[in-house]
Amino acid sequence: MSPELLKLIFGRLGFESLPLHEPIVVGTFVVVALGGAALLGGLTYFRLWGYLWREWFTTVDHKRIGIMYMILGIVMLLRGFADALMMRGQQMLAFGGSEGYLNAHHYDQVFTAHGVIMIFFVAMPLVTGLMNYVVPLQIGARDVSFPFLNNFSFWMTVGGAVLVMASLFIGEFARTGWLAYPPLSNIGYSPDVGVDYYIWALQVAGVGTTLSGINLICTIVKLRCPGMTMMKMPVFTWTSLCTNVLIVASFPVLTVVLALLSLDRYVGTNFFTNDFGGSPMMYVNLIWIWGHPEVYILVLPAFGIFSEVTSTFSGKRLFGYTSMVYATVVITILSYLVWLHHFFTMGSGASVNSFFGITTMIISIPTGAKMFNWLFTMYRGRIRYELPMMWTIAFMLTFVIGGMTGVLLAVPPADFVLHNSLFLIAHFHNVIIGGVVFGAFAGINYWFPKAFGFKLDPFWGKMSFWFWVTGFYLAFMPLYVLGLMGVTRRLRVFDDPSLQIWFVIAAIGAVFVFIGILSMLMQFAVSLLKREQLKDVTGDPWDARTLEWATSSPPPDYNFAFTPVVHDNDAWWDMKKRGYQRPLTGFKPIHMPSSTGTGVILAGLATAMGFGLIWYIWWLAAVSFIAMLAVGIGHTFNYHRDFDIPAEDVIRTEDARTKLLAGAK
Amino acid sequence: MSRLKILALLPLAAALSGCDYVVLAPAGDIAAQQRDLVIISTVLMLLIVVPVMALTVLFAWRYRQSNTAARYEPEWDHSTKLELVIWSAPLLIIVCLGALTWMGTHLLDPYRTLGRIHAERAVDQSKAPLEVDVVALDWKWLFIYPDYGIATVNELAAPVDRPINFRITASSVMNSFYIPALAGQIYAMPGMETKLHAVVNHAGTYKGFSANYSGAGFSGMHFNFQGLDDKGFDAWIASAKSAGGSLGRSEYLQLEKPSQNEPVRRWGTVDADLYRLILNMCVETGKMCQSEMMAIDAKGGNGHEGLNNTLPLTYDKYARRGTVLGPEPTFVAGACTPDAPQGQTTASIKAPADIAPLTGAGLKRPTFTPLKSSSFFLGLRPKSDS
Repeated sequence: MSPELLKLIFGRLGFESLPLHEPIVVGTFVVVALGGAALLGGLTYFRLWGYLWREWFTTVDHKRIGIMYMILGIVMLLRGFADALMMRGQQMLAFGGSEGYLNAHHYDQVFTAHGVIMIFFVAMPLVTGLMNYVVPLQIGARDVSFPFLNNFSFWMTVGGAVLVMASLFIGEFARTGWLAYPPLSNIGYSPDVGVDYYIWALQVAGVGTTLSGINLICTIVKLRCPGMTMMKMPVFTWTSLCTNVLIVASFPVLTVVLALLSLDRYVGTNFFTNDFGGSPMMYVNLIWIWGHPEVYILVLPAFGIFSEVTSTFSGKRLFGYTSMVYATVVITILSYLVWLHHFFTMGSGASVNSFFGITTMIISIPTGAKMFNWLFTMYRGRIRYELPMMWTIAFMLTFVIGGMTGVLLAVPPADFVLHNSLFLIAHFHNVIIGGVVFGAFAGINYWFPKAFGFKLDPFWGKMSFWFWVTGFYLAFMPLYVLGLMGVTRRLRVFDDPSLQIWFVIAAIGAVFVFIGILSMLMQFAVSLLKREQLKDVTGDPWDARTLEWATSSPPPDYNFAFTPVVHDNDAWWDMKKRGYQRPLTGFKPIHMPSSTGTGVILAGLATAMGFGLIWYIWWLAAVSFIAMLAVGIGHTFNYHRDFDIPAEDVIRTEDARTKLLAGAK
Repeated sequence: MSRLKILALLPLAAALSGCDYVVLAPAGDIAAQQRDLVIISTVLMLLIVVPVMALTVLFAWRYRQSNTAARYEPEWDHSTKLELVIWSAPLLIIVCLGALTWMGTHLLDPYRTLGRIHAERAVDQSKAPLEVDVVALDWKWLFIYPDYGIATVNELAAPVDRPINFRITASSVMNSFYIPALAGQIYAMPGMETKLHAVVNHAGTYKGFSANYSGAGFSGMHFNFQGLDDKGFDAWIASAKSAGGSLGRSEYLQLEKPSQNEPVRRWGTVDADLYRLILNMCVETGKMCQSEMMAIDAKGGNGHEGLNNTLPLTYDKYARRGTVLGPEPTFVAGACTPDAPQGQTTASIKAPADIAPLTGAGLKRPTFTPLKSSSFFLGLRPKSDS
């Protein structure tokens, strides 16, 4: 075949794009391929495809979508953490003239992929998954406002993750750092597909995130059950609302800045180039206008989880509900006024720097108030040390350290000596692991019995907890120390042998965290096997306070047979106190949305379009784009969008629960 | 939880074993003041962080379920007095820290000329500060001493107690110029200039490096910074002078090509205009300098003729290799000047013999070529034939 024809069909994709010269990648590929083949084979053998497609992939049920988000987050955690282990290994070995075991081409991809995956495809899915699962239940709704959109959002997130994973075996990922600053990320300095993978993975996933944000805002604003005024919403719902407002307000900025970067890379515009009037600093500004709110997008729901957990396991009303809500709103607003603190050292004037430094510090006031509110919720409580509460205590002790170093970095002259150092790395892992990850684990342990009807195994949960927490301190306290020695981030090799011991300690910490992750997987497996012993039939295993615990575990498709009426912000606690009786008669048919495969198809086409654009396979991009439009328009003619669950089915479900509850007593 | 705390202290205990905490024990007055701010801010915050951590442990222990002796008030959820305290305590700390920040940021602004060289010593006005022009290249540092007419790669020296004025730029991508012992860092960015004013108080050899990832050779992008006494500095200048060699435009264009782990190099003479040309991205002849472009634009621009004042790029200077759907790469042609009349300028633009591309990441050439004859997005840009 002529090279022109090959180029037309395959763009710049060729056999040389496969990283066959990288033994580590080839080995990984073999393992992944075997594992994948085993998985696919198993699914086929047990005839699970139809079940998965009907019950999971095409579902519009917010609960199942929430669970799928969590699975995505945990799977990607394994990939992102593998990158972390590789980095720790490299930095531990590359001393005294040793080059370590990763060359620059590979190492630079590893740290970029680690950052991108952990933020976009681990933290975001975990947080979105929890919000998706819990929010409609907490507000007494039957689903989100736009159930189909919810399914579509999820699959777009998966599409982004698929592109990132594809870059491991086809071509390469970006070698630019996780925010891909130009000029380095521009075509001149990154001419290969890495940055294009980065751009299109984030664009595809970003569509999902933005739509899911819109969806949840609508859900919270419009679908609250009677009596639930804004100031009676559970705190997790409040933090979810604020997070989704942040998502809707900030992700478009990311979309635009990446679109401008792709114009620079594809059609030769000069938004962020060095000459012809381009300004790379404009990119830095724009991406941080998204990037800083992103931090709060992740941590606010975690704050909400800790509020629910502290109050539940202290057996006490949340202290200072009102100030908690205002603190959340203040953080939401202030998070837009601080982005410049990420580049104090780019030469802004002293007045600009001090303005952004001081606004940053001000955020610590509402955050501090929250910390005190949790403290005084524990005060005069009866604290039960179940796993969610253990994660919460670990969070409180860890997060204040991260908060303190964060405020320190907000002092511009201090930032001048600590910016881009390992001190900074330690800081943001301190708040993201100590805040978001611990929060997600608290949430998983807390809501797992709601989702599956049995608790998670406490032994393996505690193993996971202690390995994670000690591993975290071992891995990141040395980085604070190294930062004070002036060691900068993203270095591949080191000269000074006295630093090595710290990297060794950090690597041991990473191994501890790895054992923590394995213990968590073990915890899931063991709990599944012991599900009869860990079973909870009451639907309220923790003696909790909010509405999601009023229904069965797992909740029926329709969540609540009758829409609850709320009189207090601890609605379920209030109902229990008043001697609430479950209605046993008078059930009516329930109107529910129907499943549809359109979301999967659209997201698949979007991913194919991204792939086409990455490799310059123009026909694929064009065909996928047109097909996307066609499927989108076609879906508007789908009139099978809803159905009624017949009253008999509702009665059967509810009667079964009545029997279970009677048996439990 | 006590296990947690012990583990948190482990690194601290190990830290006492003695390492080079350069950020906490710097050799320059600016870095020392920045260190002071780090410590004062930390202490201020510990005022609230320590009680919070202590209370967490105390409450977590005291109100555990098995301790039935502790008071249990399940409905207690509000106290205006407590709320006042928990909002105002952090507020007070932040007010203090904010005031400190405002002053510190202005006093330690890297653009501010030094007011003192040491806590007890004012600047000696009779001595002119040392001027150093810094250029971050892929992947090495070029230092030009305009007052002495010398240049070095990956070696910087300065006399003790004499203020240093750095002007900083870069050739291709972003880096950050950082000598922890001397002063805080500042980014080095192409086509832009940042400044840093600093002074070194103790003689010695300190590490300097790039603190912002800039591509494949980033790890090797470090240099030694020597604080020397006056005599030692004069000797150092003399030895650089005697090294001979001259760094002109064409030598610079060779030097600029990506290379890793560069050894120290010195030039006895240097083109006095070189730094200005690098900053304005017009080291190669025939290319219009940014400063000229801005001057023209400030006067209203060249109108439509300005759009046509571009020439095709014959080689990959600044890695402008064009994009897959975009037009051919071009650059803005320099305006003619008495010493470089237009015809002569154009004639001098020739592709150099060595056309190995300047790939910033030190990589092979990409597998695509830009569309030559047309571009469906931007159209064919008319080329000036002048």
